[in-house]
Amino acid sequence: MKLLKKLILGSAFAVAMLATQAQAADTVKIGLVVKSLGNGFFEAANKGAQEAAKELGGVEVIYTGPTSTTAEGQIEVINALIAQNVNAIAVSANDPDALVPALKKAMARGIKVISWDSAVGKDGRIMHLNPSSNELIGKMCLQLAANHLKDGKGDFAILSATTTSTNQNTWIAEMKKQLPNFPGLNLVTTVYGDDLSDKSYREAQGILTSQPNVKVIVAPTTVGVLAASQAVADAKKIGDVYVTGLGLPSEMAGAIKSGVTKEFAIWNPIDLGYSATQIAYRLVKGETDGAPGSEIDAGRMGKIKVGENGEAAMADPFVYNATNIDQFSKIF
Amino acid sequence: MIRQLFKYREMLLVVVIAILVAAFSTRSPGFARPANLANIFNDTSILIILALGQMTVILTKSIDLSVAANVAFTGMAVGMLNAAHPDLPLAAIVLVALGIGAVLGAINGLFVWKLGIPSIVVTLGTLTIYRGMAFVLSGGAWVNAHQMTEPFLQTPRQLFLGLPLLGWTAIVIVGIMYLIMSRTFLGRAIYASGGNPTAAVYAGIDVGRTRFYAFVISGTLAGLCAYLWVSRYAVAYVDIAAGFELDTVAACVIGGISTLGGIGTVAGAVLGALFLGVIKNALPVIDISPFAQMAISGSVIIAAVIFNARQERRRGRIILRDRGASEEIGVAA
Repeated sequence: MKLLKKLILGSAFAVAMLATQAQAADTVKIGLVVKSLGNGFFEAANKGAQEAAKELGGVEVIYTGPTSTTAEGQIEVINALIAQNVNAIAVSANDPDALVPALKKAMARGIKVISWDSAVGKDGRIMHLNPSSNELIGKMCLQLAANHLKDGKGDFAILSATTTSTNQNTWIAEMKKQLPNFPGLNLVTTVYGDDLSDKSYREAQGILTSQPNVKVIVAPTTVGVLAASQAVADAKKIGDVYVTGLGLPSEMAGAIKSGVTKEFAIWNPIDLGYSATQIAYRLVKGETDGAPGSEIDAGRMGKIKVGENGEAAMADPFVYNATNIDQFSKIF
Repeated sequence: MIRQLFKYREMLLVVVIAILVAAFSTRSPGFARPANLANIFNDTSILIILALGQMTVILTKSIDLSVAANVAFTGMAVGMLNAAHPDLPLAAIVLVALGIGAVLGAINGLFVWKLGIPSIVVTLGTLTIYRGMAFVLSGGAWVNAHQMTEPFLQTPRQLFLGLPLLGWTAIVIVGIMYLIMSRTFLGRAIYASGGNPTAAVYAGIDVGRTRFYAFVISGTLAGLCAYLWVSRYAVAYVDIAAGFELDTVAACVIGGISTLGGIGTVAGAVLGALFLGVIKNALPVIDISPFAQMAISGSVIIAAVIFNARQERRRGRIILRDRGASEEIGVAA
């Protein structure tokens, strides 16, 4: 009797084991590689990716990245993902070129590679998902600067992250290109805070002392916009100099309350992680090839159209101000 | 003779800093204004305090690469503590910061003392561990300005005699460190165990224990800086002070603290930090390309090391026993 019980139990166990193994083989594993771990923006993107995984079913999102924003760290992470036999990799790149060889290796093994947020070179990916179009972001940054200036006329400065950051440089180039559409708006200087709070703070302080005509500092990076806000507040220039740019609502809530910032913009990182996961899934399932001109179904975000160079844009950046900051600062 | 050389070194730094300030003020008027100089000192306060901790460790022929990671972990811990318990008095938070910092420093010290592992290996390991722990502690989330209390954010900004409390904290720490290094047994033991460990043992100094205390001092100061840093930039996240350990080592090297241990003064470390502070604050103002900025900072450090090496060669180490002296230099190199 006992033996029979053991046998039944044992075989039941074996069947269960087999079932989970079969299930594991069916699971679509997507590696979500971010610029660095511990960044609120990417944590929010992960939230969206998990949401998409749940919605699609049978998807496991592996959220990973280096601890500091280096290309070398990302290459290591990508190699680890290749070794784990993931089905797709969605990466926000720290360097457009350095990651290409590692990603090519991944593609050679049948892994579907896309980049999102910050692009990798054309050879290293099937397609790239821009959070918004670079053109719209550049225009939005200029619009924000103009909104903080009287009659939209005056001097402003840009506080960026590192000099080699792909997305930062694209946006700055777009801003410069569209500057003629904003008569009276004058870009005085561009400085780099390396996404370090102490260096960004010092650079902002430098603008305040050496460029007294600058009335708005535009920082398209969240560490920069925070550090600049603090520098303006410490210099007691609230109301005289404004800070705006791209930042997360939870991080910017203090700056909105103190009055350093009237409004700022960001796309929704939750939506971005969600869309990247959706696209990666469709590619793995062969529902689309991601070629230029194709349309990809991205769940609640609707259809995303792939444009030239294999680049796609998700949506317009969203403007946050005192009226909606409390609502959104709770989310991300 | 040696004391005179030291005086010469520190005088030289003062002169160089003065020349720098004068040169920068020709490109950016108002750079040499007292208010701006006070600003620079205030901005450099954290580096000064950390450099003093680093100096203590380097004097004992060790190095602490984990200071910045210590700042990140402790900063995250006090930031979260403040956000979770807004009614906790600031004094308690500062005490917690000092405590956590001291414990992290003691961990380094214990490995170096009890297991005899080279400090560069130990702290290279704890550098990643502490930063990793900061990530584990916070789950990657940031602590933002609006989650912190007013006293937590505003106290270091309070002006007293024209200088914020942050700057005064640095001055007080400089005073305390000066007294420890020059007036206490521990201070002399630190110099002795770095200058000549063998002789120190014969003089009844426990070199391992002295190194342990040096790491505890460095960790405690890092804990203090953690609070100051989070409060100054009004945000706590895993990457705060990334790479800052190298700035503290650079400040020590520029300040004439020998990387071989045993040589260096509190004034040297402070001036080395101020030198970096002046350059860091001037570069954004005088409009130099960011690539040139990195190159300039690097060249200054190398120049200082060359100068140190030349200065060390000039001093005699052991007068008697020529053979012993050459062995000693061989070991040190």
